[in-house]
Amino acid sequence: MEQATNLSDKITIVLHSGDMDKAYSALIIGNGALAMGMEATIFCTFWGLNRVRKTRPWAFPPAGLEKGPLSRMNMLGLGKWMIQRRMKKARTASLETLIQSYKELGGRIIACDMTMDIMGIHADELRPDIVDERGGVGGFIQEARRSGTVLFI
Amino acid sequence: MTADIRVDMRDHACPMATDVVDCRGQTCPIPLIEVRKALRRAKPGEVIEVLGTHPSSKQEIPMAVEALKAELLSVEGTDTDWKIRIRR
Repeated sequence: MEQATNLSDKITIVLHSGDMDKAYSALIIGNGALAMGMEATIFCTFWGLNRVRKTRPWAFPPAGLEKGPLSRMNMLGLGKWMIQRRMKKARTASLETLIQSYKELGGRIIACDMTMDIMGIHADELRPDIVDERGGVGGFIQEARRSGTVLFI
Repeated sequence: MTADIRVDMRDHACPMATDVVDCRGQTCPIPLIEVRKALRRAKPGEVIEVLGTHPSSKQEIPMAVEALKAELLSVEGTDTDWKIRIRR
């Protein structure tokens, strides 16, 4: 991967939340940065890890990119269903489409190995097609210190 | 004594696009992503034509073109039905 020449050319996003709408924020910002010529890294930790897990029907908490609840007014999934209907009407890209673009444009995803232990997530549960590596806080700081923009979502 | 020099600029002002990216009906951030992908596909000097209907993307694509050090040839149309031409 080519190195960003100056700080403003790189963004690092911490995805701490597993909420669907916040995963959208992280992936839309990440894609936007890549599209405008920046490097991007998303560091998944705590509940955010569930979004880069392989989809499993009865996993608890739910596993899979599209399986997150809405951060507000989820109402046992009713709110999420309503928002998804509106998104479909507005032709918003799915999270899967966004992650495919993110990877195609060279975006990186790091899974936090310490929180994987806490959450009881094994390495083979992560999607190998989207997770580039596992790392700790040192890995995050290495990314963040070279980034002009760091977001915590 | 001066000689009349006539240069036909029509071909130069409107080069044929080698790639047409149709983002009509698509919303943020798809038009921006598709422009990036098209610029990656294009060879230096090739022209990309982008069609879209998303108002913010009409403002943002020229910013991305500048950041990616490509050349903005033209921005035409209204905010909700536009055509942008870019040369890599």
